[in-house]
Amino acid sequence: MSPDSSVEEFDLASPADVAAALETTGYLPDAGLSTAAFLALRMHRPLFLEGDAGVGKTSLALALSRITGGKLIRLQCYEGIDASQALYDWDFPRQVLHLRAAETAGASNADELEKSLYDRRFLISRPILQAIEEPNSVLLIDEIDRADDEFEAFLLEVLADNAVTIPEVGTIRAEHPPLVVLTSNRTREVHDALKRRCLYHWVAHPEFEREVQILRTRLPDITDKLARDVASAVARMRDADLLKPPGVAESLDWAQALHLLGARELDPERAAATLGAVLKYQEDAIRIKNTVLAELAS
Amino acid sequence: MQFNYTPVNLPEGERRDAVQVMLGFARTLRHAGVPASQDRVHAMLTALSELDITQPDDVYWAGRMTLCSDPEDLERYDTGFALYFGGHQAHQVPVTQSPALPRNSALDRDDADVAAGEEEEDQPDFTVQASRHEVLRSKDVVTLTPLEREQLRRLFALLAPRTSGRRSRRYGPASRGAIDRSRSVRRMLRSGGEPDTLLRRRRRTTPRRLVLLIDVSGSMSSYADLLLRFAHAATRATPARTEVFTLGTRLTRITRELRIRDPDRALTAAGSAVPDWSGGTRLGDTLRAFLDRWGQRGVARGAVVVLCSDGWERGETTELSQQLARLARLAHKFIWVNPHKGKDGFAPLTAGMVAALPYVDELVAGHSFKSLEELVRVIADA
Repeated sequence: MSPDSSVEEFDLASPADVAAALETTGYLPDAGLSTAAFLALRMHRPLFLEGDAGVGKTSLALALSRITGGKLIRLQCYEGIDASQALYDWDFPRQVLHLRAAETAGASNADELEKSLYDRRFLISRPILQAIEEPNSVLLIDEIDRADDEFEAFLLEVLADNAVTIPEVGTIRAEHPPLVVLTSNRTREVHDALKRRCLYHWVAHPEFEREVQILRTRLPDITDKLARDVASAVARMRDADLLKPPGVAESLDWAQALHLLGARELDPERAAATLGAVLKYQEDAIRIKNTVLAELAS
Repeated sequence: MQFNYTPVNLPEGERRDAVQVMLGFARTLRHAGVPASQDRVHAMLTALSELDITQPDDVYWAGRMTLCSDPEDLERYDTGFALYFGGHQAHQVPVTQSPALPRNSALDRDDADVAAGEEEEDQPDFTVQASRHEVLRSKDVVTLTPLEREQLRRLFALLAPRTSGRRSRRYGPASRGAIDRSRSVRRMLRSGGEPDTLLRRRRRTTPRRLVLLIDVSGSMSSYADLLLRFAHAATRATPARTEVFTLGTRLTRITRELRIRDPDRALTAAGSAVPDWSGGTRLGDTLRAFLDRWGQRGVARGAVVVLCSDGWERGETTELSQQLARLARLAHKFIWVNPHKGKDGFAPLTAGMVAALPYVDELVAGHSFKSLEELVRVIADA
């Protein structure tokens, strides 16, 4: 992040402004996505993003943190994640040390001692508490569908009140609520109670022209011809009914791989050699070799 | 409910009109099956007050982001939007033709008979009743009379299919295992920092996900009711870890409908959600739809997958065997339930069955209640 890209730089008064600001970070949103980001910023509502893998859900959070000038705090969800890994934890060994030290020093007041035991310095902030305490941060809760559904209940309080309640300390409330971005790959249906509190947006694959723009922006060294060739080949792969249709991430990888091999346009030999960058299943690779690449050769 | 909705650029009269228009839009969407609840509508109005209500695009996105919560809603939303803002207001938008569940309707007609039948039995003889139940259990459901069917329905409350456990990422207290540092230290804190007994922890086990894929094509229609009731019993046993889909000419997810507690209401709901009762089968295509949209993303990974079908597949089975191979690679156990297996002289000869055999871990009959009890055992051992 460059130090001068702070919130003052951008006037985010309309979806178009948000789109323009995002574009300066190298993220090119379509109308829906920029409206979603704009509303999330204005309404202080979490943004719930769903879509195929590799369409840019996670990178949107990164781009948003750049335009708001806040810190990006990421919470990767997994099965079995619980409050002590997502919200906060007490540093028990340090508490014991403190207790022992206080005893040797001859502490007499039991109340004081107990109070000092639950001091803020013994509290370990995990991502959600960090986001609450850090002003203007962007909290990315990645792949919420991987966490079990009990975990969603933890999130409800945070998302609704922007507050975390710690029994020994009290409620810690965010002065400047974080912008929350949740992503899901739909391996499991997320509970309605959580979805209701969010703005829902389905992130689709970009259209051809936008994908060319993305390739040109992210990889400024590649030729225009190569960008267009890759974008059109990838677009055809998405229509080809594959096990894993390539996302933007894959087309970026592919274009980069081709560029490193010195390609100025998409030729059949280099395309076949680098197919592993864009297709991740053997069945898909065979199918594409027989169709898209065969046409390319002819 | 008060809406503090204030679009700045509209005069008083038009402002109220705008709210009316948007409320009407929400009503239309509810008819179309989009869950436009009151708080969501409120969110839509708040969103609109941040945007420009005179711009169709802004109205479209504001509504879509606040009222929808599922990719399947998006299509309905688009239809509703086009209908409502395209000039004429839709009174009722039929999204899917929803015929009643065929087995249900057949039964409902006989409900009077059932009631009458019960009244005739003044003093039920319990031994007779018990043995009658035994016969009922092993009878093929096709041969049941409506009365017997009604009696059988009640037995489904006894079924509780549960999958076996796998080690989870979570730890739980245990008497043996690794030392649980944080719990041990917390106990030390309680006794004023004096070392106390060491507490231990171990990984807990969680039941595997159970995925039921039920063929609802014409050739399976006599078993659809039985299998759906089984699916309901499974959903009731572990609601968060059971997924149910129907396969016909297309794929339909009915997990949500089956979560309704009352079996009859749940089945009616499922019946109206499925658009392709007793149609043809495109087993290969629908399996692929399942794997693309759900299975590969995680639903089938490490799960116990049960496919209920007679394996009737018209034409080529290459697609089917490819998809079954994919499914078998993803799933922990792949169980095939074929109602015809319970019949004498059964041989897995239908094209689909032949294609499936290399990938099937267990082949179970599913024609009677007894065979479903057997299925419960197979699922538990998987």
